[in-house]
Amino acid sequence: MSPLELLLQQLINAVSIGSLYALMAIGLAMVFGILRLINFAHGDLIMVGSYVALLAQLLGLPFVAAAAAGVAASTVAGLAMERVAYRPLRGAHEIAMLLTSFSVTIFLENLAIILFRPTSRPFPAPAVLRSVIEMGRLRVAGLDLIAIAVAAVLLLALTLFVRRTNIGIAMRAASQDLLAARLVGINVNRVIATAFAIGSLMAGVVGLLWSARVGKVDPLMGFNPVLKAFVASVIGGLGSLPGAVIGAYVLGGLEILLQGLLPAGLTAYRDAFVFAVLIALLLFRPNGILGASEREKI
Amino acid sequence: MLKLQSVDVRYGHIHALKGISIEVRDGELVALLGANGAGKSTTLMCISGIVRPQSGSLVCDGIDLAKASSFDIVGLGVIQCPEGRRIFGGLTVLENLRMGAVRRPDRSGVRKDMERVFSLFPVLGQRRRQSGATLSGGEQQMLAIGRALMAAPRLLLLDEPSLGLAPLVVRAIFRVIRELHRQGVTILLVEQNVRQALAVADRGYVLSTGTVTLEGSGAELRANPEIEQAYLSSAPEAGR
Repeated sequence: MSPLELLLQQLINAVSIGSLYALMAIGLAMVFGILRLINFAHGDLIMVGSYVALLAQLLGLPFVAAAAAGVAASTVAGLAMERVAYRPLRGAHEIAMLLTSFSVTIFLENLAIILFRPTSRPFPAPAVLRSVIEMGRLRVAGLDLIAIAVAAVLLLALTLFVRRTNIGIAMRAASQDLLAARLVGINVNRVIATAFAIGSLMAGVVGLLWSARVGKVDPLMGFNPVLKAFVASVIGGLGSLPGAVIGAYVLGGLEILLQGLLPAGLTAYRDAFVFAVLIALLLFRPNGILGASEREKI
Repeated sequence: MLKLQSVDVRYGHIHALKGISIEVRDGELVALLGANGAGKSTTLMCISGIVRPQSGSLVCDGIDLAKASSFDIVGLGVIQCPEGRRIFGGLTVLENLRMGAVRRPDRSGVRKDMERVFSLFPVLGQRRRQSGATLSGGEQQMLAIGRALMAAPRLLLLDEPSLGLAPLVVRAIFRVIRELHRQGVTILLVEQNVRQALAVADRGYVLSTGTVTLEGSGAELRANPEIEQAYLSSAPEAGR
């Protein structure tokens, strides 16, 4: 491969993985923006959607229908999570909400272990998701292209939603000043539920793409993605939607870059280097790339 | 229109309101005066359903506000323009105004009120696509009042609209308050700028440490020696 081809190949890899992180990070960022809650249980929505999609396929549903069922299951699970675990804590201390999100994670993961056994199961995906397209000497996974396209469509739809619709503008307003939002008569509960629904829907989509990529599902599969999404939103600036997306692509690029540059013996420690870069970034920009200063948030 | 009777509010150990009773009648402009920490903002937050009273009653047009949610209270047309403006800095002027009307279904009425806000505050019309954070303090206050007007308030609660503004801007804000009063909007005005507030108010209440210590018409209060001594005798306010 020529250097240019290599660059292009790696760029596709970076954008593809960055797209998955972006879809995850948005869910975290939307909820954090309004509630100041870091919802670690967000990762488990990936697991819920993937298992439901797997079960639907085992029941004989075609992949598209199973995928829709999986995304719907993630969305419903996210809404239920908000209603059952977080709404009763409205106005509680941020630490109480954070601890609750850990409890929700522990509950969902153990529920999955009981229901589906702790071991992983193969996740069947249709041929198109496993295809490899050869363009000259470039080899591009069909799944990568699909991930990039799906993320582009969802991000565009989200942008239109938060700019054009009343509930979307209300969501931005609520994340800037929750009290002022209540005083103008924004239905804060509805806005929060909508934020959970959108984030969970995106987590469901990520679940499908992720499971198809690694070819299996397991009860703890949500942990790594939510950690990466958290890192991405910290890089971009916690609570900022554009920041979350930028941070996700920066993280994806960083991972692929280090994967390519590190000597063979050290690639296993790639994530350690990624986190070292994150620490360095936060030393210089403590609020992330687009993060507002604390004063502005109050 | 609005009647508070023996309203009591505590935050932990702090007894913020000690049984205050005030009334605002239809079409009136009532001033709520007092020093920092007297309980003025708490009173407004109570009316808006953000802070809940421990006892006492708040009734607006026969509806018990102590049991209504802040969402429902906005629906009744009781609209607060909060202290410190609290506009949405990341939203444009237009989006801020749109959020003010978020509970209204009548699109034509909303459009008409948008024009009305732009005629009261022409500078907002010029800056309609700018984000709120880029406005000056005075423009932000105008936006905050404009946002409240977009809700078509029947009772407008204004909390310190002149706070921290240049004298010229204060005068413009009070001109608008007078104009709204003339148009028949019922207003409860919280102010530390006592001289200006009493000049426009029909009636006023003076709060101190959570109790109503004085009440009367604007003219009576202006002539009251206690007010004179506490608020008006110091160096004359700029911008008169």
